Amino acid sequence: MKLWGLRTRLLLAFSLLVVITAATVAGGAYVQSRTVILQQAQDATARVLVDKATALYPLGPLPPAGGTLDRISGELSDRDLSSLVLYEDQSSGNEQLRSLISPELREEVGSGNVAWQRVVTKGVPMLVVGTRFTVELPGGKRQASGIEAYIARSMASEEESIAELATRAWLIGGAALVFAIGLALLAARGVLRPVRELGEAAHRLGSGDLRARISVRGSDELAGVARTFNETAEALERHVGELERMEADARRFVADVSHELRTPLAAMTAVADVLEQEASQLPGDAGRAARLSIDETHHLTRLVNDLIEVSRFDAKAAALAPEEVDVAEVVAASLRIRGWTAEVEGDLPAGIFAGLDPRRVDVIVANLVGNALRHGEKPVSLRLSEAGEWITLEVADRGPGLAPEVLPHVFDRFYKADSARARSGGSGLGLAIAWENARLHKGTLIAENGVDGGAVFTLRLPRQVVTA
Amino acid sequence: MDERIPSGAAIVVGMPRVLLIEDDQAVREGLSMALGGRGHAVDAVATGEEGLARLASRPPDIVVLDLMLPGLDGFEVCRRIRATGDLPIIMLTARNEDIDVVAGLAAGADDYVVKPARAQVLEARIRAVLRRSGQTPPSVPAQPEIEQHGDLGVDRAALTVTKGGKPVALAPTELRLLLELTQVPGRVLSRQYLLENVWEHGYFGDSRVVDACVQRLRAKIEDDSSAPVFVQTVRGFGYRFGPL
Repeated sequence: MKLWGLRTRLLLAFSLLVVITAATVAGGAYVQSRTVILQQAQDATARVLVDKATALYPLGPLPPAGGTLDRISGELSDRDLSSLVLYEDQSSGNEQLRSLISPELREEVGSGNVAWQRVVTKGVPMLVVGTRFTVELPGGKRQASGIEAYIARSMASEEESIAELATRAWLIGGAALVFAIGLALLAARGVLRPVRELGEAAHRLGSGDLRARISVRGSDELAGVARTFNETAEALERHVGELERMEADARRFVADVSHELRTPLAAMTAVADVLEQEASQLPGDAGRAARLSIDETHHLTRLVNDLIEVSRFDAKAAALAPEEVDVAEVVAASLRIRGWTAEVEGDLPAGIFAGLDPRRVDVIVANLVGNALRHGEKPVSLRLSEAGEWITLEVADRGPGLAPEVLPHVFDRFYKADSARARSGGSGLGLAIAWENARLHKGTLIAENGVDGGAVFTLRLPRQVVTA
Repeated sequence: MDERIPSGAAIVVGMPRVLLIEDDQAVREGLSMALGGRGHAVDAVATGEEGLARLASRPPDIVVLDLMLPGLDGFEVCRRIRATGDLPIIMLTARNEDIDVVAGLAAGADDYVVKPARAQVLEARIRAVLRRSGQTPPSVPAQPEIEQHGDLGVDRAALTVTKGGKPVALAPTELRLLLELTQVPGRVLSRQYLLENVWEHGYFGDSRVVDACVQRLRAKIEDDSSAPVFVQTVRGFGYRFGPL
């Protein structure tokens, strides 16, 4: 999984969304509940204080008698309530409470309100509520008595409830997060699988499998992409098919034309032979015309044969028939058959064996040496060597070499280096055929100029051709 | 038909009779003219049916047969001629696809020539096929009269082959190939060597001819041609006779 891949980003986005939502919802609920709980506790305590204080009236004359403060504090104390009653410098009740009563609270109570304050003492949250007693003077007039009563109660149980709320909020948030991650993974898979399929199909398409299609599921945007992809692939397949058909048609046309030319040429070739015997006896122009016809017939025959050979390469119908041969023998035989042995300096060490198609090697040698003899200057030299899994045959001449602009095109079909060479007896296909034959062997054929002038053709062939 | 062969010797030395079966008129006339000019008596017909009829009425020394004929095609004509005797046959084909050549050779042709071919090439091939069809007797019968290789008997003088005492009818090239192989039993002969010595081709690449001929020879002399005993293949190098 990539660090910042689509999956990671989807996961993060989902989780973030859930965390924010959970925090908002749970946090809000927590704050709300907390306020309500505390409010209720405060209200209840205040009400208790007020109710009990009300029940204590009338208080009796001021300053209060010795037992009055004790009575009040005794009345206000309860199981979970402790109380402290203050009047000037007198007090009654739980003296520990005094430390909980802040000056602000006292001031607030002194001004006549029922006031409360939350205090934490020794780790325990406490609620302190205070009130001031009023006395009713004769004549119905009310007056502050100066007696203040405070009660305190522990808020531990409320705190507990609030803590529980918080825990629940955390739990729910955590569960939602886990759930969200699960959902995100599912969603990521739902999104990523089609994306991955798309990627794989595109890769297959790119590497030539034009039948690559992907399955379209549902009707969402991804399905739309899949459909578009399939349509594109189909269009591509159609176009490529059309191009292939056109190319095959063109190839077949060349092959058919070449084949059709064979029959008339067969007749012409046969007749040319008859004519050849008579040509020397024909007078003047008739004799020259006969010679010309004969030469052109032979030229045309070579051309058609080469065309057929090339069309076989194009149609990939050319097959290799490798045999274990002594390469030097094959090359020497090739020279011998064509009567070139005397014209070529051969450095052909015997004993270099290789699995080659001797007919095709013969074609290469014939074309390279023929080319060198026709266009280069004698002597033409041949050098055969071996290195590891490769054998190398170099054909060099002592001519002027190949012009730089010619070099990249020597193996092109019908390429003519100059117009003077246009009709030099070759078909213009010989080197192209030699190159194709080298390639069929999974070897290479390159042309370059030698250090001391002259063209050098280097044929490299693998010792063992791996045939499929 | 078999009676024809002994009488053929004199004729071959003089003027070989060629039966040319070729549907294209221009090629037929051109080849007739060219071969005629080189001392062959050429009998030219346009269809396979005509050719087969002519075989009976005026037996030739060799048949030059176009592969693509209207009606009865070259393969079929070749098979029919082979079925009745060992008359040498050269296929003349406009197609050089391996499949055509191999099919032609498998049908029993001794050699093939791809169109367009110069008359001198065709004539050289005709001469070579006729020479190996065994009409020219060996100079001195130096070898024992009948060589015995297992149940295979080879009579170099009479140019006959017997298997288990019964004569085997071999086409000229098959016979020549067998003679070449049995001359050096146990030694591997490369396709190229066989091509040059049996077919007299100074040219590379027709190892298909050798392979096809070996197949046909095996079919005639081996008990089981998928597990040959006499003519054995040495992969990548060639063929060997025996060891038995």
